[in-house]
Amino acid sequence: MDPLRQSPSPSSSEASSPRTLSCERLGYVGIEAVLDQLKIKAMKMGFEFNIMVVGQSGLGKSTMVNTLFKSKIWKSTMPGLRVPMPQTLQLHSMTHVIEENGVKLKLTVTDTPGFGDQINNDKCWDPILGYINEQYERYLQEEILITRQRHIPDTRVHCCIYFVPPTGHCLRPLDLEFLQRLCRAVNVVPVIARADSLTIEEREAFRHRIQDDLKTHSIEVYPQKCFDEDVNDKILNSKIRERIPFAVVGADREHMVNGRCVLGRKTKWGIIEVENMAHCEFPLLRDLLIRSHLQDLKDITHNVHYENYRIIRLKESHALPRGPGWVDLAPAPSPAPGPAPTGTRASPGPAKVCRWAEDNSDEDF
Amino acid sequence: MASEVARHLLFQSHITTKTAHTSSQVSDHEQKQKESPRSLTMSGHVGFESLPDQLVNRSIQQGFCFNILCVGETGIGKSTLIDTLFNTNFEDHESSHFYPHVRLKAQTYELQESNVRLKLTIVNTVGFGDQINKEESYQPIVDYIDAQFEAYLQEELKIKRSLFNYHDSRVHVCLYFISPTGHSLKTLDLLTMKSLDSKVNIIPVIAKADAISKTELQKFKIKLMSELVSNGVQIYHFPTDDETIAKINASMNGHLPFAVVGSMDEVKVGNKMVKARQYPWGIVQVENENHCDFVKLREMLICTNMEDLRDQTHTRHYELYRRRKLEEMGFMDVGPENQPLSLQETYEAKRHEFYGERQRKEEEMKQLFVQRVKEKEAILKEAERELQAKFEHLKRVHQEEKLRLEEKRRLLEEEIIAFSKKKATSEIYQNQTFMTPGSNLRKDKDRKKISNAQPLEGGSRRAGESPQAGNLASGARPVLQR
Repeated sequence: MDPLRQSPSPSSSEASSPRTLSCERLGYVGIEAVLDQLKIKAMKMGFEFNIMVVGQSGLGKSTMVNTLFKSKIWKSTMPGLRVPMPQTLQLHSMTHVIEENGVKLKLTVTDTPGFGDQINNDKCWDPILGYINEQYERYLQEEILITRQRHIPDTRVHCCIYFVPPTGHCLRPLDLEFLQRLCRAVNVVPVIARADSLTIEEREAFRHRIQDDLKTHSIEVYPQKCFDEDVNDKILNSKIRERIPFAVVGADREHMVNGRCVLGRKTKWGIIEVENMAHCEFPLLRDLLIRSHLQDLKDITHNVHYENYRIIRLKESHALPRGPGWVDLAPAPSPAPGPAPTGTRASPGPAKVCRWAEDNSDEDF
Repeated sequence: MASEVARHLLFQSHITTKTAHTSSQVSDHEQKQKESPRSLTMSGHVGFESLPDQLVNRSIQQGFCFNILCVGETGIGKSTLIDTLFNTNFEDHESSHFYPHVRLKAQTYELQESNVRLKLTIVNTVGFGDQINKEESYQPIVDYIDAQFEAYLQEELKIKRSLFNYHDSRVHVCLYFISPTGHSLKTLDLLTMKSLDSKVNIIPVIAKADAISKTELQKFKIKLMSELVSNGVQIYHFPTDDETIAKINASMNGHLPFAVVGSMDEVKVGNKMVKARQYPWGIVQVENENHCDFVKLREMLICTNMEDLRDQTHTRHYELYRRRKLEEMGFMDVGPENQPLSLQETYEAKRHEFYGERQRKEEEMKQLFVQRVKEKEAILKEAERELQAKFEHLKRVHQEEKLRLEEKRRLLEEEIIAFSKKKATSEIYQNQTFMTPGSNLRKDKDRKKISNAQPLEGGSRRAGESPQAGNLASGARPVLQR
């Protein structure tokens, strides 16, 4: 189990904690009221969630985001519109505040148009990694200030949804490269996009092949096996892991089916209902992301990925040669254009950096 | 359901917008975060209203941590009150009054209620107010609180840290026990509270409140609060910004300080067993609101504001400590030319400086050491030489002595020889003198003898001579022998 994320079981006492005694209560005290206090505090402060969608153009990313949050976060581009294809990878993000039953959620969605669209897609993951690291860097800088804010604004990417084109064969080299690099820095959830072009059997076969590919290349997607804390988590997460990657269909139009108004795609041969488990696995994705594992995503980002980044950063700045100028904390790796003198060395993306930072303890920068 | 949704631009109230952090890392790929986030209405049920529940579940899994510090004189009822508050008999015995210094004793307990696990740490001040000279009474308490902050800060500044696993030992609330004199605050109390108020949330309580009557209690409370206010002591006020609990908190704020009675003994009142203290003149029920404020304290401390106490400790007191500590170490957020300095740079500069300093000190110490060694060596050599000289000197003296003694012996022997010679010569003289007068006498005696024996005169002379010679010889000899 990853020692970075150990479960604080009730009977264990860490080396640093004092000897604890277990006491029998003789009556009601009211300790569980603290849960309500927590809820009140949380609802007052609101929640933040940052999500990133990565995939080639035309795979339905914007539509998917709209469907997930049931609002027009983005104008999804229709195939007819002549939107000039971006020449390089760009990152767009938009922030919205949505509210449901008193719970406020500040949602930031980052889109990556131009990913994998060029002829030469070499190093197209660098800007994305750069963006992710930049958010970590921002948080780190805020955290090490002397006078800190009460609540540090959290722009770190909590979850990255990767859209795999429905070829039906296996993962392409671009997918593999990207997944390998990104899984070390952020929680990645791969999905099979536009799954309505595959039949159920093709879907299952594709899914198994993808799972095998992931295992061969030891790519750990969310939910990572090494972070399962107790038996319940294991059971729940194994069920999810069996179904990863989800085959999803996105739609933001509503149609009438059997007297009900459902979200779906209308085709000549039928209506594909988004929320119908028989048709696609969108509900699974939505439940995973929002209803059950949102807090977990944020926790893993904060406790594992961010800490890894921090360790690497802090170690680096110690290893820097102490020249006369030392203006630098090695400048955080800036994305593609522009020289990065120590940037290439500092970027944790490239394969030379080992998986989790604890393996790095022996490696000297 | 609406088919098209319009996007509204609403004024954002308390969702903070991203602060314009002037970092040098703004690049072209920067997102446009400077505008305030737009508010969106959804067309259906998404489901993130379960978010608070997810948060709660995670907290349940992790467990809660709460640390209470009890400050008050020995015997004022601290342990009993804590026992009563948490309805448990924490193992503890009465402490003695004879400690020379104030010590702090911390005990951690694990309580569980339904599915909530609470790691409760009670810190007691032992010996507070017992000494004759109380000047140093509050320093150990301040030191303890600072030590907990320090430990947390150290953990936070580590490179490989595990904050979510860390047993938070920072003091969340300090219950200050005021003795029920009915007059005013003691000086010791004022001083202690003044030194603690910027480090911890203080909730003052009047202990053993069954010793004061109702009317006196009211006056006492007013007096206490006014004293605290006039001396600028900042005690913890229950938060009134959230509507759900604002009203009750505000009313409780008016009841501060709480007058409490603690007891774990059960007494039969009516047909129930209640916690109470039994006196000949009546029974003081702990959980009766008319008798004391215990229920209010329990409500406020545990049921309503535990989370806020922890929050305040982390965001206010701890941050203050951290800021002070880092500034003390020389870190600043803004450098000399008003350029934002990063903590890292300053840290590196300090480290460099520190290493240089240490290097220099090492050199110094080395040199000092070498010098000292040399000196010591010289001294030792000197001593050795002296010793050698002494030895030589003694040897010589000894030799001289020996020679002298030999000389003396020789002289003595010579003297002996001379003396014996002298004696020999003197003996010869003596014999010669003896031969003439002394010999006549002898001769007559001998003649008589001889005449008796032999009536020969002529021959007697010769006979006398020969015996005299013989006598002389024999007489001479004894003289020598003597």
